[in-house]
Amino acid sequence: MTKLSIRGVEKNFLGQDQRVTALSSVSFDVESGEFLVLVGPSGCGKSTLLNIIAGLEKADAGEVLIDGVPVTKPGPDRALVFQDGALFPWLNVRKNVEFGLRQKGLSRRDASERALYVLDQVGLARVAESDLYTLSGGMRQRVAIARVLALEPEVLLMDEPFSALDAITREDLYVEVQHLWQGRGSTIVFVTHNVREAVTLGDRVLLMATDPGRIQIELPVNILRPRHIDDVDVARTAQQLSHAMRRGRETYSQENWSNEQFEESHLLRDLDRSLGDRRQ
Amino acid sequence: MLFPSPWRVAQTLGSDFRDGSLVRATAISLRRVLLGYSISLLVGVPLGIVLARNKLVEDTLGALVSAFQSLPSICWLPLALLWFGLNDRAILFVIVAGSLVSIAIAVQDGVKNLPPSYVKAALTMGTPNWRIYTQVLLPASLPSVLTGAKLGWGYAWRALMSGELLFVSLGLGQMLMQGRELADMSQVIAVMAVIMALGLFTDRVIFGSLERHVRRRWGLAQT
Repeated sequence: MTKLSIRGVEKNFLGQDQRVTALSSVSFDVESGEFLVLVGPSGCGKSTLLNIIAGLEKADAGEVLIDGVPVTKPGPDRALVFQDGALFPWLNVRKNVEFGLRQKGLSRRDASERALYVLDQVGLARVAESDLYTLSGGMRQRVAIARVLALEPEVLLMDEPFSALDAITREDLYVEVQHLWQGRGSTIVFVTHNVREAVTLGDRVLLMATDPGRIQIELPVNILRPRHIDDVDVARTAQQLSHAMRRGRETYSQENWSNEQFEESHLLRDLDRSLGDRRQ
Repeated sequence: MLFPSPWRVAQTLGSDFRDGSLVRATAISLRRVLLGYSISLLVGVPLGIVLARNKLVEDTLGALVSAFQSLPSICWLPLALLWFGLNDRAILFVIVAGSLVSIAIAVQDGVKNLPPSYVKAALTMGTPNWRIYTQVLLPASLPSVLTGAKLGWGYAWRALMSGELLFVSLGLGQMLMQGRELADMSQVIAVMAVIMALGLFTDRVIFGSLERHVRRRWGLAQT
C-alpha cells in the first residue's frame, strides 16, 4: 500500500543572478512500512525535498500526498529528526519528548507516561530527568528520535541525523534505528550523503544527482537485516552505487555487476596519490 | 576640600541612615525604578520578539526603535515635564523611554540568532503559529532576554538618577544634589557609594545568579 507519493515536485531558488533548479520533476512512491533512503552529493536537493515533504517549504510545482491527501503545512504526521537534533535546551530530556505530545493535546500525565515509555525504548529511561547538556551527542540524537517516535508519525523523516556523530556512536545508532523500525513497522524517509549508510539502512535507495536536482538511480537493497556498515554485501553494493554515481549512468541493475568487475574496480584504483611532491 | 576622609563619609552614611533620610530616599528611588523597569520588561521583551519575527513590524517600527535607542533618555525629560508636569509620572516616563528600546533591541538580536531548526522542529511537531512565540521563541531566547534585562536595568537606573538630579523630587538623586547645594562633600560621596552598592548588588546577586542558572541549563557554564 502506498503511504507517501511525490508527484512531479519542482523547486527553484533565485541565486545571485540566475535561477537554480533545486529539484526537477521528482516523482516516487513510498510503500507503507518501507525504509527509503535518499542519497546524493550536497546540493542535489535532498534536504529541500525532505523539507517539502515535511511541509516546511512549498514546492513550485507538483504535490506530496500522504494516503492520497495532499500535504499543505507541517504536522506531527510527518515529524522530522534534524541533523543538529533541534532539541530545546530549556527543557530536560523528558520534557523535550513531551513537547510534541502536549501540542497534540495530551494531558500532562499521559504525555509524561508516554515520554517515559518511548525513552525506555531507546534506552534512555535513566536520564529522563537530566538536562540536555549532560548528554553525549549520540544520546541527544536518541532523544531527538524518541521525541519523534512518541508522536507515532505516518511517515518518519530523518535529515542526516547521524552526520555530526563519531563513527562508533553512529554504528550503534544504525542498529538501533533498524531495530526500532522493524519493531514498529513505521515508514521512514531518510536523507544522507553517505552511500554506505544508505545501503546499511534502506530497503530501497534513491540516488540523487545535482544540477538540476533529480533522481538518478533507484536501487532496491535485498541484504538480510540487521545489517552492519562493515558487512561485505553492504560494502559491495555501496561501492557499485558510488561507482554508478560517478559515471552518471542512468540505468543500473544490481545483477549485471559481476565479481570480476568488482575486483577490477579495486585493482584499477591508482595507489599513487602523489601531488607531484615526490621525485620519480 | 576636594575629598572628605573615608571616616567622614562613613560618619555621614551612619547619620543619614539613622535619621531615616537615606532609607527613605533609597526606597523612593527603588520604587520608581522598579515600576518603570517592570513596564519596560513587560513591553520590551514581546516587542523584541515580534520585531525579530514579523517583517511588517520590523519594517515599520524597526527604524523608530533604533532612532529612540540613539536618544539619551534624559532628552525625554522636557517632553515628559510638559506632558505630566513636575511629578513621579514624568520620571517614570523617562525611565521607560530610556530602558524599553534597549531591552527590545537586545531581545530582537537574540531571537534573530536562534537556530532556525527550533521553530522548524516545533512546527513539524504540530505547534500552532501563535504558540511558537510563547513556547519556543520566548524560552529559547532567555539568554538574550537576560542580556537585555541587564542592559535595560542599567539604562533605567541612569535615567532615574538624571531625572532626580534635574528637579526636586525626593530620592537618591535629590540627596546628591542637596549635598552639592550645602557644599557637603561627604554627603555627595556617601550617596554615590550607596548608588554603587545598589548597582553592585543587582549585578552580582540578582542578575549574576540568573545568568549562572541559564548558562548551566544551556550547557555554557565554565567548568
